[in-house]
Amino acid sequence: MSHSSGQKFMTGAEIATQAAVDAGAEMMYGYPITPVTEVFTNWIKQGQKYLQTEDEIAAGFAVCGAAMAGQKAFTATSGPGHILMQDALSMAEGMRLPFVAIVAQRGGPSSGTVIYSQQEVTLACFGGNGEGLRLVYSPGTLAELYTLIRRAFNESWQYYFPAIVLTDGYTVKTRGLVDLENLKMENVVSAPLVVEGEIKHWPNIFTFEEELYSEVMKSKTDFDKITANIATAEEYQTDDAEILLIAHGIVGAATKVAVDQLRSAGKKVGLFRPITLRPLAAARLNNAVKKVKKIICIESSLGQLARIIKDELAPDIQVSFEYLQYPGLGIEIDEIVSRVSKF
Amino acid sequence: MPDFIPAKFCVGCGYPIILITLGRILEQKQLSKKAVMGLDIGCSLLAIDALPINIFHTHHGRVTPTMLGFKRARPNSLCFGLTGDGGAYAIGWQSLFHSALRDEPITVIVVNNTVYAMTGGQTAPTTLPRQKTDTNPNGYEGATFFGPELLRHVAHKDAYLVRTATNSPKEIAVYLEKAIATQQAGHFSLVEILSFCPTNWKTIGKATMDYVEDLKKVYKVGEI
Repeated sequence: MSHSSGQKFMTGAEIATQAAVDAGAEMMYGYPITPVTEVFTNWIKQGQKYLQTEDEIAAGFAVCGAAMAGQKAFTATSGPGHILMQDALSMAEGMRLPFVAIVAQRGGPSSGTVIYSQQEVTLACFGGNGEGLRLVYSPGTLAELYTLIRRAFNESWQYYFPAIVLTDGYTVKTRGLVDLENLKMENVVSAPLVVEGEIKHWPNIFTFEEELYSEVMKSKTDFDKITANIATAEEYQTDDAEILLIAHGIVGAATKVAVDQLRSAGKKVGLFRPITLRPLAAARLNNAVKKVKKIICIESSLGQLARIIKDELAPDIQVSFEYLQYPGLGIEIDEIVSRVSKF
Repeated sequence: MPDFIPAKFCVGCGYPIILITLGRILEQKQLSKKAVMGLDIGCSLLAIDALPINIFHTHHGRVTPTMLGFKRARPNSLCFGLTGDGGAYAIGWQSLFHSALRDEPITVIVVNNTVYAMTGGQTAPTTLPRQKTDTNPNGYEGATFFGPELLRHVAHKDAYLVRTATNSPKEIAVYLEKAIATQQAGHFSLVEILSFCPTNWKTIGKATMDYVEDLKKVYKVGEI
């Protein structure tokens, strides 16, 4: 194997751990759950500070408390643990806490399967009793897993929204070549939200509906304001595309290869791959769909991505939709090529 | 330090006694700047403006893990969790139990009025046999929950577990001071305070005092 000296052969879990270290994370609260346990155990093996809590609820609220004290803390979870984590994520959303979670999706509902799925999109983006004002990133590759974890810490501590890096067990358990030296970025510095010597009375429950309304609308305004800086997507072969394939995460990566194969066969297809699911790069999406005749949403769920896409399309856009949906199943390149060829 | 607590609590509620006592101790010991108090959701949430220290809301049952996260991030802070008996012993019990087991150096103040008071007086783990509540209109028939006694089985030998009542404010002060000293020594502490709830007990005046005295016959006060 020939590769440059900066390249290393690493698992997704090792990359995730390294990203957290490089982001300046000081503390991890975790509870073991497949397929993301290795992120926790690798962190511990590196000699980093951690606590194994009694459940994901405690892990989540400990991250909230750490964030208030100004410490870069994070957690990692999946599936049923991700459900419990929504309690703390809701507090982080309401109180605008820099809360970072790495979520490796597994199949659902219920205990489901333990390695792979894309069925936690709705939960990550819109879980909780709020409005989904959180940052959700969907890495397609190992290198992107690294950069998006770095971004999650930076953007969470800069803009004070909870951040979820939404990956899956295939990505976390895959071993591949990455050159992390080329992916370095500056860190946003953390600062305490509760300062010693100050007297801050910080509510998250309100007497009047108008008080809560103004809190939510302020967050919504802030969220809209940062969308242009944060919303990211990859567009591939979209300039003359007649069919636009939309997929995220590793399905997005597989779809990109499928686009090349379909193009070789003369099919005018392109890819729109959201890298952030919240906020979505809606302006770019709406631009990319202008000239296409058809959109095909491809995902390992029964339409959790498709619903977000349809929600973000401008009302005047008329385009037909098709769906390739495999809840909880991995999607091979050949399958995408074979199915899309028929449209 | 204010001489009174803003009138958010019901008339005759025990919370203001606890909060004034805590505030005076923090002021006397010059600990107000280091003190951070998390509030569970329940009547405890009404303490948001009660003291001239950093105070924030958490979620129902989640004040303990929030405060241990804060404490571990800032070890020189003095962390309090203020919670009711339902938040502590029902929905938050798993976290409270494991925090005691791990000897987290935080101080949990459990205000025990034997009911879910904020929601109108439903049965709590601490509700007494034959006590009538909204959710046991014919009288509660279950067993009774002894929080500090249960925690004694798993807590560190130097952890401080104690029970007192709002009709003994001097005792509250003594126990809170010991709880603070315990946290400063690096150990877990929990102060359960049997507290007046005339609204839900449907008592006035002396009957409220008698009610607490009756509670003390079941829930033994003192260090545990």
